Amino acid sequence: MTQLALVIDLNVCVGCQACVTSCKSWNTSGSAGSLADFRPYDEDPAGTFFNRVQTFEVGEFPNTETVHFPKSCLHCEDPPCVPVCPTGASYKRKEDGIVLVDYDKCIGCGYCAWACPYGVRELDEKRQEMTKCTLCVDRIYSDALAPEDRRPACVMACPTSARLFGDVHDPDSEVSIAIRERGGYALMPEWGTVPSNQYLPRRKTVINISEDQLVRADSPQKLDTAAPLKPGAKPRSTLDDAANFSG
Amino acid sequence: MHPGFSVIFLTTLIGAGQGLFLALYAAEIAAALNVVALPPARGFFVPGVLLSLAFTGAGAVASLFHLGHPERAWRAMAMWRTSWLSREGIALPSFMLAVFLYGLAHWLEWRATLAIGAVAVVLCLILFVCTGMIYACIKFLQEWASPLTVINYAVLGCASGFTLASAFAAFTADRLVVAYITAAIAFTLLGLGTRCASLLRNSRIKHKSTLQSATGIHHPRIVQKSQGFMGGSYNTREFFHGRSKAFLRSIKWIFLALAFALPLLLLGVSLNHVSAIVLCLAFVVQYAGLIAERWFFFAQSNHPQNLYYQAIS
Repeated sequence: MTQLALVIDLNVCVGCQACVTSCKSWNTSGSAGSLADFRPYDEDPAGTFFNRVQTFEVGEFPNTETVHFPKSCLHCEDPPCVPVCPTGASYKRKEDGIVLVDYDKCIGCGYCAWACPYGVRELDEKRQEMTKCTLCVDRIYSDALAPEDRRPACVMACPTSARLFGDVHDPDSEVSIAIRERGGYALMPEWGTVPSNQYLPRRKTVINISEDQLVRADSPQKLDTAAPLKPGAKPRSTLDDAANFSG
Repeated sequence: MHPGFSVIFLTTLIGAGQGLFLALYAAEIAAALNVVALPPARGFFVPGVLLSLAFTGAGAVASLFHLGHPERAWRAMAMWRTSWLSREGIALPSFMLAVFLYGLAHWLEWRATLAIGAVAVVLCLILFVCTGMIYACIKFLQEWASPLTVINYAVLGCASGFTLASAFAAFTADRLVVAYITAAIAFTLLGLGTRCASLLRNSRIKHKSTLQSATGIHHPRIVQKSQGFMGGSYNTREFFHGRSKAFLRSIKWIFLALAFALPLLLLGVSLNHVSAIVLCLAFVVQYAGLIAERWFFFAQSNHPQNLYYQAIS
């Protein structure tokens, strides 16, 4: 069975917010209705976004790291927001695992947002309907778009390829390989929601080698080959000779 | 969590209405067992049922203000298999219908009042469980995820309902007043016990989610520098009460005084000398206290999503 999802590489995310604006741009222009903006150029602006990029500082000065952290619906395998919905407006698609809201059925009670530990559902202030990341369901299956454009708007916008998109149930997909080989992890695993979106951690390339391993103590280059061997003496042996019994 | 007044009024109003109905039915059971004489149908049961329906009806209307699309509220009955909110959406009108039929049966002097009342009692208890479970079933709202939540909703509803019944009986059925006051005192004392138990439980709660589990970064010191936007959003409005800790603490003492201490005092005074005005005052004070109690119930719970919204920029 297919489970479409995003894999977000925290190692390369630079926090440029391109995915945020690209997401807003696509989804506010979509057939499902606009995403409200209130006082966008005034004090206390507010609005609906499916995707937010947050910033965290890890460690204590001077040993700090800035981690930019994109956050959108994780399309959980066991989404707690779905069973609580009283109208059935919140649902998870069987065919590709995308968690969606049927806006026409939503009564705007907000209960699904209470039931989401990640805070990725936003009740649109104007439409009074619960909205959330659709994984650009209207892009990825669109016949009107060229095949290479049938990806979520956030993925297309990312300049550092920090966002990967694919089927996490297909072990050979780009996302599955990334999760497997680059330490992909889920957020808040303690609640058993089994998020489909996963995150790749910050990585540093460190070689575990000590100083004395860098210098070869018995390097043949250091042997005093100029000094003549005593008559009858064996040729000087090196560590290589000890290690190589075939010779 | 942000305490929404529509939900606060919904839960407190239907609680009082449910408790009042249970008090009416208790009188009929007591009469059937020859403990007391049956109060008059038209002078006691019918106005009592109307009062109970007024409270539950007002609660139902208040709940509509919680919805973004109240005109679609009928859809909320669809998912009763999985959603406690949907179950409440069915249980509340069913209970009101049963109470209405109970009143009608008394009005028309049918014989089936005890049977209809029994059905309404079952629906009443189901409604208490549904209302409590809406909150108790969200496992990561740890302050709510406890059987105490359901117990408190039921016991506090009965307490305010029986206080209301005492005031009501002071006008309609003198012989029942003392029994109702005694029951109201008992439920209020029980409620004080169960609510304090939940206060005690929540004061020592250990939250399972941390900034570490929320971000997957295993470092003891993580500080949010930006939540991704400069203004507000649904996530900052709906999940924060926006008041100081001192304000929260003061509400706790206010509700302990208004919902429990003062009504107990007023009810105790009325035991010796029944006064309709004092009993009305006891209900009003206790109801105001329960509004504060419900406000505190919401404000005290910490949603794990708040971990992601700690700094504007």
